[in-house]
Amino acid sequence: MSEERSSKEMNNESRDYLTVMIAGQRFGIPVLQVQDVLREQRVTRIPLASKEVAGSLNLRGRIVTAIDVRKRLGLPEKDDGLPSMSVVVEHKNELFSLIIDSVGDVVSFKDKYYESNPGTLDPLWRNISTGIYQMENELLVIMDVSRLLEDIGSYT
Amino acid sequence: MDDLVVEFLTETNESIDEIDVDLVNLEQNPNDTELLGKIFRLVHTIKGTCGFLDLPRLEKVAHHAENVLGRFRDGDLEVIPEYVTLIFESIDRIKFILKELEKTGKEPEGDDSAIIAKLDAAYEGKVISDDEAAEEEPLAAAEKIEEVEAEEAVEEAQPEEEIIELIIKERTDLAPGDASMEELEAAFAAAPGMEGIVNPADLEKQKQAKQTTEAKVSEEPKIDEVLVNETGSDSGDDEYTKTETRATANQTLRVNVDVLEDLMTMVSELVLTRNQLLQIVRAEGETAFTTPLQRLNHVVSELQEGVMKTRMQPIGNAWSKLPRIIRDLSIELGKKVNLDMHGQDTELDRQVLEMIKDPLTHMVRNSGDHGIELPAERIAAGKSETGTIKLNAYHEGGHIIIKISDDGKGLNEEKIREKILNNGLATAEELKEMSSQQVQQFIFKPGFSTAEKVTSVSGRGVGMDVVRTNIERIGGSVELKSTEGKGSIFTIKIPLTLAIVHALIVEAAGERFAIPQLSVSELVMVSDHGDNRIEYIKGAPVFRLRDRLLPLVSLSEVLCLASESILKPEKEEPKEEVIESAAEEEQEEAVEETGEALDAIGPEQEKALVKSLKRAAEKTKKEKKKEKKKLARNLYIVIAEVGGYQFGIIVDRVFDTEEIVVKPVAQMLKGLKLFSGNTILGDGSVIMILDPNGIANASGGIDNIEEDATMQGTKHRADSEKKTSLLLFNVGDNTPKAVPLSLVARLENIRKENIEYSSGQMMMQYRGTLMPLVPFSNSVKIDEEHGRPVLVFADKDRSMGIIVNDIVDIIEEHIDVKLNSSQKGLLGSAIINGAATDVVDIAHFLNDVNKTWFRDHNNAPFGEGDEEEIRGKKRVLLIDDSPFFRNMLTPVLSVAGYEVTTLNGPTEALKLQEEGVSFDIIVSDIEMPDIDGFEFARMIRSEGGLWADTPMVALSSHATPKDIERGMSSGYRNYVAKFDKETLLSAIAKTLDGR
Repeated sequence: MSEERSSKEMNNESRDYLTVMIAGQRFGIPVLQVQDVLREQRVTRIPLASKEVAGSLNLRGRIVTAIDVRKRLGLPEKDDGLPSMSVVVEHKNELFSLIIDSVGDVVSFKDKYYESNPGTLDPLWRNISTGIYQMENELLVIMDVSRLLEDIGSYT
Repeated sequence: MDDLVVEFLTETNESIDEIDVDLVNLEQNPNDTELLGKIFRLVHTIKGTCGFLDLPRLEKVAHHAENVLGRFRDGDLEVIPEYVTLIFESIDRIKFILKELEKTGKEPEGDDSAIIAKLDAAYEGKVISDDEAAEEEPLAAAEKIEEVEAEEAVEEAQPEEEIIELIIKERTDLAPGDASMEELEAAFAAAPGMEGIVNPADLEKQKQAKQTTEAKVSEEPKIDEVLVNETGSDSGDDEYTKTETRATANQTLRVNVDVLEDLMTMVSELVLTRNQLLQIVRAEGETAFTTPLQRLNHVVSELQEGVMKTRMQPIGNAWSKLPRIIRDLSIELGKKVNLDMHGQDTELDRQVLEMIKDPLTHMVRNSGDHGIELPAERIAAGKSETGTIKLNAYHEGGHIIIKISDDGKGLNEEKIREKILNNGLATAEELKEMSSQQVQQFIFKPGFSTAEKVTSVSGRGVGMDVVRTNIERIGGSVELKSTEGKGSIFTIKIPLTLAIVHALIVEAAGERFAIPQLSVSELVMVSDHGDNRIEYIKGAPVFRLRDRLLPLVSLSEVLCLASESILKPEKEEPKEEVIESAAEEEQEEAVEETGEALDAIGPEQEKALVKSLKRAAEKTKKEKKKEKKKLARNLYIVIAEVGGYQFGIIVDRVFDTEEIVVKPVAQMLKGLKLFSGNTILGDGSVIMILDPNGIANASGGIDNIEEDATMQGTKHRADSEKKTSLLLFNVGDNTPKAVPLSLVARLENIRKENIEYSSGQMMMQYRGTLMPLVPFSNSVKIDEEHGRPVLVFADKDRSMGIIVNDIVDIIEEHIDVKLNSSQKGLLGSAIINGAATDVVDIAHFLNDVNKTWFRDHNNAPFGEGDEEEIRGKKRVLLIDDSPFFRNMLTPVLSVAGYEVTTLNGPTEALKLQEEGVSFDIIVSDIEMPDIDGFEFARMIRSEGGLWADTPMVALSSHATPKDIERGMSSGYRNYVAKFDKETLLSAIAKTLDGR
């Protein structure tokens, strides 16, 4: 199976991902990009911004733009009543707080378990994911943070 | 002083300091060729620059010194102390000349032949005797060889003494009195201590004094001299001595701009942190931190101010190149242009200065290129041959205002219109509607240049849009006023500084926002019942501010916030539903709805409606309470000014003002034009900073700037004028009835027990008077329990009420009345809200109620007019093709004391003219079939008939500035919007008075 992979070179390097849960799906965010993990924060709404922008918040004197990842992924709003969490990432010198359901462990994967996105994946998801890691019991969708953030704001 | 000379002085003083140090080094290491080369180059540069700047004395000295140095460098001459001293001497001479140059702007008179002779002697390898030198050069007595050591000592001491003053760039001459009294006092206080020998403590003192002194060049020399004399006393009073403080060099320190920027950023952060601390302490009450924090507060404020000062530069810096540009321009284009500059000393933040430098240059260039005409054209236009471009800068309430005006030909509006069409920036339709002010604004649009030919100067199509963008980027605005044939005035308004701004914190729909204080001119609190209230013109909220009508924008609306605000014009909900739902449990919503419906109604009506609605809602006490609470809520209007356009922003609450540091928003939010940035408040929360410019743009207001606000006193919204607000009501039959809302003064509710009778006429007590009441028809029965709504029509102190069954709705519709006067009291019917609706002839009721109130007018025979004339009545001819409006306006005019004749079109009117009937004033509709109002006026005016001099007032549902202009040019004296009863009356009165 791994021989079929074309885009990624074969090696045994491992990569670390912070796993987060969004609507029952586990996602992985490259750990090197993660600056912070926050509990639910009070955000200031930004009127007229695109719907994915949840607002902005103050993180130690820096203004962070909060992104509702569920909305970005076209998922319904969270309704389990539990507080959400967010992962702060830096993108082009700006900080973003990705609002997700919950944060899991940091996992380390070898490249050989990496799989490119299946063609049947929702185009929206395919666009923000670099690929899938096969974990023992579930699949981990690797989030491409820059892609996730880049398209926001281009429409309103 | 010439800019170049200033630059030269700053630079030379710097290099001279280096030479001093280098020469001392050279003396110790005579064989250091590298060092020698450096010294040589420096002197050479001075020499070269002097030649270029035409400073012959300086050049000569430098030249001869260079010669000697050249020989040193070539190894022809041994570097001996005597020669070095000689070089020092020449350097001192150079310094002296420089100092004089700095003081007076020109080289001092004097003779340098002695020192030159010595230099020449040295050049030839002769050893100069000191005695000889002393004799030859009495002035240079202090420069004797034996004093070299002393010199060195002073040299070394000098850096200590150096006055720290940051001059980022060359500074021009400054007006006296720029240094504060405090600073001067400090400086002078330090000076007496300098008497006699200078001891280190004095030097220290002196240094401190200097540090606090903002070196204002014209001020400094005085202090310098004091210091110089004192410090110089131990080495003799020689004016050439190097211990003299060099005003420019020693008091200025070149600092990398980045350092200043960093400082500024840090200070900004410090300010923010301080604000946060203050807020915490304020919440805590008296704590141990209070006092130290207050101190910190002061220190930070001062620090902030100080750092800001380092960034201040006179605006003249940005102008310095303009005279040259204008000169070249006038030669190139064969024009005569005079550049008149005022307020060069006005200081502003260098960042701001950098940003406006290019726009300014561009605009001045434009003025010269497009604005000022060729001399021949100017003379032909009756102007002086030389055009004037005037630049003026001044402070105004935290802003810098820069005015660029020229007395040239102004903007060619026709050409702009043409260009707008050609470039597809607007359709011909839209263009027709635009006022000249609006048209002029197009020159700020990208790719817009009206220059016929592209000159090297301007007309490349890049320009004013960039100018505007640049200025707006720094929170400024450009305003343009141009009169064809007379010239143009550009007014640029820019903030003093960008880094820290004061902002007003407001709340709308539960969210807080910051509005830069700079654009806020005042704050008004409004309530629904007080004198200050928001009124509505077709749903557009307005506010009367000192006799001017201020357009309002609801912040929550413009930001599309799910609104808690009562201002949300949605008129889909029929009134009945409103009342019903109000009666139901959804109290909150009902109130909301009520509020929404309200703004469609005029001010008076609103009040009454509120009342009637309240009564309807009386069923639930609780409900009523809540509603009251809601309606009594106060709102605030933040009056903002953007480029001369004043408008109000309706907000729910106003908090404090706070100093904020504008931080750019994330890239993905850059598209939101309503925000200029965001910031962190004292309490640590993030807040969006509103851009009043963006709000004005978003609300469509900015394009509505009228050339002359007094023109009508009203700002009309072009699109909404085409529709009429109608009040729909039921009278018990199956056909809804409609009446123009503008005719209805109030809505009341009447109960049976309140109805009184006076000589058979139904009356009710209303505001202390008796108001006649008329049931709309027999089918209207007074409901025992709830009473009935009454439409109150009022004029002056008289009013009457028409009782109806219930109010259905208020709608905004384009009404097309089909005449059908078979039934009394009805004008006809129209399709409104998809249903056939009778349009009510209010005049019928008014007449019915009180025959004396409104005179018989409708079809007054012309003959009667003469009788009326005798009684002093002014005769008004009202021309309107719509019977609806004829009937609506006739009573209004009659009651105002005019004798009214109505006609349904210009054709009839012209006939009447031929018949020889004269009038005092003609009020004519504009939109009419066959002959429109414009054409009609032109015919009347041009044909020289009986009415050629009769003043005319235009009446139209299209009262856009463009229309008004067109009307005026057709021969109307005044132009009034239909339904604007008051304005019509005052316009008629004014027009008649002006006759």
